[in-house]
Amino acid sequence: MFDPVIVKMLAEGFLETLYMTFVSSAVAYLLGLPLGIVLVVTDKGGIRPIPWLNWFLGVVINLLRSVPFLILLITVIPITRFITGTTLGSTATIVPLVIAAAPFIARLVESSLKEVDKGVIEAAQSMGASPLQIVFKVMLPEARPSLIVGSAIAVTTILSYSAMTGFVGGGGLGDIAIRYGYYRYQTGIMLITVVLLVIIVQVLQELGMKLAKISDKRN
Amino acid sequence: MSEPIIKIQDLSKSFDTPDGEIKVLDGINLEIYRGEIFGIIGVSGAGKSTLVRCINFLERPTSGKVFFDGKDLASLSQKELYRTRQSMGMIFQQFNLLMQRTALDNVCFPLEIAGTDKKTARKKAKELLELVGLPDKANSYPSQLSGGQRQRVAIARALATDPKVLLCDEATSALDPSTTREVLALLKDINKRLNVTIVVITHEMKVVEEICNRVAIIDSHLIAEIGTVEEIFARPKSQAARRLFYPEGKQLALHGDRCCRIVFDGNSASEPVIADMVLRFRTTVNILFADTKNIDGKAFGQIVIQLPQEEGVADRMIEYLKAKGLAVEEVEGFV
Ligand SMILES: Nc1ncnc2c1ncn2[C@@H]1O[C@H](COP(=O)(O)OP(=O)(O)OP(=O)(O)O)[C@@H](O)[C@H]1O
Ligand SMILES: [Mg+2]
Repeated sequence: MFDPVIVKMLAEGFLETLYMTFVSSAVAYLLGLPLGIVLVVTDKGGIRPIPWLNWFLGVVINLLRSVPFLILLITVIPITRFITGTTLGSTATIVPLVIAAAPFIARLVESSLKEVDKGVIEAAQSMGASPLQIVFKVMLPEARPSLIVGSAIAVTTILSYSAMTGFVGGGGLGDIAIRYGYYRYQTGIMLITVVLLVIIVQVLQELGMKLAKISDKRN
Repeated sequence: MSEPIIKIQDLSKSFDTPDGEIKVLDGINLEIYRGEIFGIIGVSGAGKSTLVRCINFLERPTSGKVFFDGKDLASLSQKELYRTRQSMGMIFQQFNLLMQRTALDNVCFPLEIAGTDKKTARKKAKELLELVGLPDKANSYPSQLSGGQRQRVAIARALATDPKVLLCDEATSALDPSTTREVLALLKDINKRLNVTIVVITHEMKVVEEICNRVAIIDSHLIAEIGTVEEIFARPKSQAARRLFYPEGKQLALHGDRCCRIVFDGNSASEPVIADMVLRFRTTVNILFADTKNIDGKAFGQIVIQLPQEEGVADRMIEYLKAKGLAVEEVEGFV
């Protein structure tokens, strides 16, 4: 089992998993963060209510969120091929991961921003702050600890999704677990991948919580 | 007096709620002059917060106009409105400080919004923290400060853009009595030193007593009464005013006897007059209610007495009191 070939494979899988997770998370945040902001700002109690836009985005997000990931994975294959030129390997996996994670992140960001005290926003308005200034100078900084906790949740969720992409040849630790553990009954290798995944999740989660705590000036 | 800094004309405000439209303010007219401390008092839910929020257009009036420094706020573009709000500071019951910023950075905040450069902003913020008595708390976060200290930071923050007006919505309601007194003293000092017009929203009589020059009483969507604090204390005309000033009056029942209200407006002390009268007429009177207050070293307030049964004596007593220069009115179902 400690065959150098296998060790090398596991190490590569480990790095691939990290690569998929972080790149997907970054791209998903690029989409999800603005989306979450728009959801809060255009809400009926928000600083710039736009009911139709809020309704429309809500519907799209809910639709995407209600499709089970495995089904999404298969449905978006044409899109994946169009964007990456392939449907195999870790880079190809990034596309469905982003599509699944962005709406989830939008909701996480939305709930973090909604926690910001209405009174503080009102105070900023009373000083003549524009909606854009309120977003960047009040809502995002005030929600920072909660946004960090949210990002730890998002990243670990994306990690677990990335393992599922193993079923369609997505690469990374999930792929190894499925090829060796599921198809070839090499339980040992499967267990190691599981342990590695657990460790990554734990570390990320802890890190997120610590960072959130350090950055929070409320206590 | 000169042109008012704030002028409210026929202002009404309704809200659409699931249970239909509710009218919160109905035909409000107000003029607030430069340099004064103006109180707006009323019970909870009377619409006080809504009224201040209309002054800086955080809430747009359903009808009517608000003029600030001669400008009709409704005629301003969004950008102009943002700029105008920079000349109106506001403080709140819950302080509403940015919890993730230090005291100094909180005071810098409105300057950042206004586009002031960082160095100038920090210098100004330091001066203001000194003005409010917190020079040593610049680097503390709001969570590390007491309620009174937080309100001081909020005051410094509201003053950062050199506003002409400071709007205070229940600014002392979350503070204990001694801290309240300190914060009120600070506001009074700011009013004098910086010549900032202050609008104080409160439900507490003692706040008005302590710092206001003039006061408007707001009751069931309307302004019930408006005048100088002395006037209203001495001769409350509206039911609302009497309820606010003399809440205990309510509990007194009358038994069909003649009563009269003696008003003290700062020209005489209360005790000797009643005592002298009792000695002179050799008959006692029943004091149903008494509440006199000391404002600026003068006695204000009222005493309600039950007059003796004998017709003649009662009339002569009233004459006597009037001759002493007191305002006397016979009251029937008193408050
Ligand atoms: N956005 C809103 N939508 C619906 N109703 C509102 C809204 N804002 C205020 N109201 C209603 O208007 C009335 C007056 O509210 P307001 O906050 O102005 O009272 P207040 O005099 O400041 O009271 P308090 O002393 O409790 O602060 C209340 O009945 C309240 O429910
Ligand atoms: Mg209020």
